[in-house]
Amino acid sequence: MRIVVDLSRCEGYAQCAFLAPDAFRMHGEEALMYDPNPDDSRREQVLRAAAACPVQAILVDQLEGRDVPVEASTS
Amino acid sequence: MTSADTLRAFKRDGRIVVVGASLAGLRAAEALRDEGFTGSLTMIGDESGEPYDRPPLSKQVLTGWVPADGTTLPRRRDVNAEWLLGVPASGLDLATNQVRLADGREVPFDRVLISTGVRARPWFVESEAALDGVFVVRTREHAEGLQRALAAGPSRVLVIGAGFTGSEIASICRERDIPVTVAELAPAPLVGALGAMIGEIAADMQRAHGVDLRCGVKVTRLEGDAQGHFRRAHFDDGSTVDADVAVVALGGIRNTEWLRGSGLAAGVWGIACDTGCRALDLNGLITDDVFVAGDVARCPNPVYEYRLISLEHWANAVEQAEVAAHNMVSGQADRWPHLSIPLFWSIQFGVNIKSVGVPTFADEVVVTQGSVSDHRFVAAYGYRGRVTAAVSFNNAKWLDHYRQLIETAAPFPPPCPTPDQPVDMKPVPVDFPGPVLLAQGATVVVTGHDPGERRVTAVQQHR
Repeated sequence: MRIVVDLSRCEGYAQCAFLAPDAFRMHGEEALMYDPNPDDSRREQVLRAAAACPVQAILVDQLEGRDVPVEASTS
Repeated sequence: MTSADTLRAFKRDGRIVVVGASLAGLRAAEALRDEGFTGSLTMIGDESGEPYDRPPLSKQVLTGWVPADGTTLPRRRDVNAEWLLGVPASGLDLATNQVRLADGREVPFDRVLISTGVRARPWFVESEAALDGVFVVRTREHAEGLQRALAAGPSRVLVIGAGFTGSEIASICRERDIPVTVAELAPAPLVGALGAMIGEIAADMQRAHGVDLRCGVKVTRLEGDAQGHFRRAHFDDGSTVDADVAVVALGGIRNTEWLRGSGLAAGVWGIACDTGCRALDLNGLITDDVFVAGDVARCPNPVYEYRLISLEHWANAVEQAEVAAHNMVSGQADRWPHLSIPLFWSIQFGVNIKSVGVPTFADEVVVTQGSVSDHRFVAAYGYRGRVTAAVSFNNAKWLDHYRQLIETAAPFPPPCPTPDQPVDMKPVPVDFPGPVLLAQGATVVVTGHDPGERRVTAVQQHR
C-alpha cells in the first residue's frame, strides 16, 4: 500500500511508530523514517497509525483502499 | 456569453495540460478534479512511471530499507487524466496554446500548469561526471545506483557539497559505517541556507559522527583508474582524497530551458508568477492561462517585502499546486493568494532539523530556547527588528509558535516561550556568506488559516 507522510507537519509524537512499527520508525529523538510502500498485510496497522496521528500527517492511498472498509476510524 | 458562462463551460469541457508529473503536478491534478473540473486533463512528464516522492531517496532508500521504486505517491483521488510520460516538453507556444514535446507531438490546451521542477546540478567536467562511481541524487534511478554502490562496501565516499542533501548522504554513510569525506566550499555545512551559527553546530555534529569534514576547499578534479572508475579527488589546496564513490550534491538547476522563446519570465532563477501562481510574461504582465507551481515557481511573498522567492520545499509544492489548481478554474474575484510561510525539514545524524520562514531573510540570529550542546534547541532569525524565520533541532513542536510570530511581524528577539531558557540569549549577526541584497519594503501581517481565507494587511515596521 502507498503512503506518504507530510514531514513538515509531523511533530514526532511517535504514535505511528507505536501502532505500526514495521512501517514507521523513530530516528533519534523526534525524526520519523517510514516505509512509503508497506506490505498490504500491514494495512490495518497503518490505517490505525494514520488515524491516530495527532497532526494528521499521514496520507494513505485513497484508490487502493476503496474496497477496504476504513477500520481505523472506528478503532 | 457572460464570463460566468465561459468559466462554467471551461470547467465542463475545457482542456488543461500539466507539464511536470511529479508531486506538484499530481496534487494539482487531484485538486482540479476536486474543484469540479470535468474537462480533459493531460499530464506530461519526462520520467517514465507514476509520480513518486523524492525526499525518501536521500534517506530511507540510501539506508537500504526501502527500494528505490517503492516511493510511488499515494493518490488522494482518481484524476482521470491522459498520461504522456517518458518524453519531456520542448516548447510552449502561447500564440496557438500548444505544448510541444521532444518527440514532435503537439498538445493543445486552454490552460496550462508548469511544474517541471529542478534537476540535479551535474559535476562540471563531463568526462569526470561520467566515471563509474560518480553520482548525483535526484531521481529514483540515481538513488538506486548510489544505494547499490554503498551496499558494495566502498573504502570511502566523497560527498561534494554540504547542503541538506549532501549532509543527509554523509549521515547515511556513517549509519552504514562507511568512511566519508565531505568537501564544502563554505566555512561550514548548511551555511548557505541557515547561516554561520547553525553551520558551526552542523559541523560539530558531522565531526562527532566521524565525518572527515573539509570546509573552505574546492574539489578541482575527479580522477579515474584505467577502467574508468572514480578513485581519487583533487582539492584546490593541493591535497587529495582516495575514494570509490563521489556524490555530487551541488544543488539543482531549474527546468526552464524548454520555455526559451515562449515569452514567459522564465530563466535560471525559475518562472516568475504572482501569488495566485499565474505566470508573468517577459514584460512583467500577468498571463491568464499559464500557471506555475512547485520548485520551478518564483513567487512574491508579501511577508518578505514582496520579494520573488523560489523554494525547493515539499510543502510549498503541495500548497502552490492547490492554489494554482483552484485559480485555474475560478473567476478573478474568487482567486486565492498563496501566502504560506515556508516550512522545511531535514533528517541527519539522528537530528530532526526543521525551519519555518526564510532564514536567509535575516540580519541577526539568536538561540531562543533549549540547549545547543544537546542538539535540542530553537534559533530565531530577525530582520530589522522583526522575526522572519526559526530553525529547530529536535524541537519541532515549537515551530508553529514561531510561524505565528512571523505572521504577526513580532519584534525580534522574541522572548523564550518555555522555562528552558538558554544561558546566552544575545543575538549575533547572521553572517551569510557573500552579499545579500535586502531591499527595504513593507511589513505585513497574514491572517486566516484555510487557503481560501489567507489575506495580508500592511503594518508599521518595528524599526
